[in-house]
Amino acid sequence: MSDAASTEFEALLRRALTPVEPPAELGARLEETLTSISLAAAEELESWELSAMRDPRNWARPAAAVLAGTAAGVALVVLRTKQRSKQRRRASKNVVDLAERTLHDALNEARRLWP
Amino acid sequence: MVDPDTAEKARVDAQFAELYRQHLRDVYSYAYYRVGDHHDAEDLTEQTFLQAYRHFPRALEESGGRPLRPWLIRIAHNLAANHYRDRSRRPQTHIDDSTVLPATHTTEDLVEGRDELKRILAGVQQLPDDRREALIMRFALGMDNREIARAMGRTDGATKVLLHRAIKQLEGIVDAKAKGGDR
Repeated sequence: MSDAASTEFEALLRRALTPVEPPAELGARLEETLTSISLAAAEELESWELSAMRDPRNWARPAAAVLAGTAAGVALVVLRTKQRSKQRRRASKNVVDLAERTLHDALNEARRLWP
Repeated sequence: MVDPDTAEKARVDAQFAELYRQHLRDVYSYAYYRVGDHHDAEDLTEQTFLQAYRHFPRALEESGGRPLRPWLIRIAHNLAANHYRDRSRRPQTHIDDSTVLPATHTTEDLVEGRDELKRILAGVQQLPDDRREALIMRFALGMDNREIARAMGRTDGATKVLLHRAIKQLEGIVDAKAKGGDR
């Protein structure tokens, strides 16, 4: 096959393998999953009996739960806060107002996750 | 006063959010062409970002400022490989044309063109895993040789050869299908 035909084939290949837009609900589902990791980690801690904690072999699991919950929660706050950035930009009068709104939004998200 | 650990965590999380925003479509496209159906592609995308989040601070440290897209795609690649190993199945071949092939024209030429694109897509699914993946990364995600090499854990030279062979093999498959009337 000649170079020109090869280039033409690559162009067809590019058209055939066009990027696929993810469904809109995927982002929401991903956030939900992060939230559930956060909540599951909190629930696991709550249900952990104090007596079990006397045995040092059991310490690793709740520690991991705290880490997973906190990490996923912080990511969620950042993602949600970022997703509303256009809305805030439209509503803001100036840069200071935008910064205040962003901070306010992030604090609200954090309160929703860690009341 | 803000605790330095908290500030660092917030900085890392902001970077992760940016990575997610920039590459959600890449990961989803890769997953879709890899597994061949939207439902599994969504699951794979979700798992990829969750796993990426877990290892993100270390990846940031080790990346030395290089782009993290290859790392992200490598996670998706490993998860997809496990998916097939666990369920003992191969990618589906019924990739939905309506998602992938634009249907905005009605001339005979374009109908013929669409048939050719369909043949190409079907041919991609017949390639060995590594060749198929290299083509997805190059043509669906627009990754260059170096990025593909990092995602696949190969050298730049080996990746170049892999891509060349993948294209040649695909051309052969598509030609054979065209001559055989899609039998």
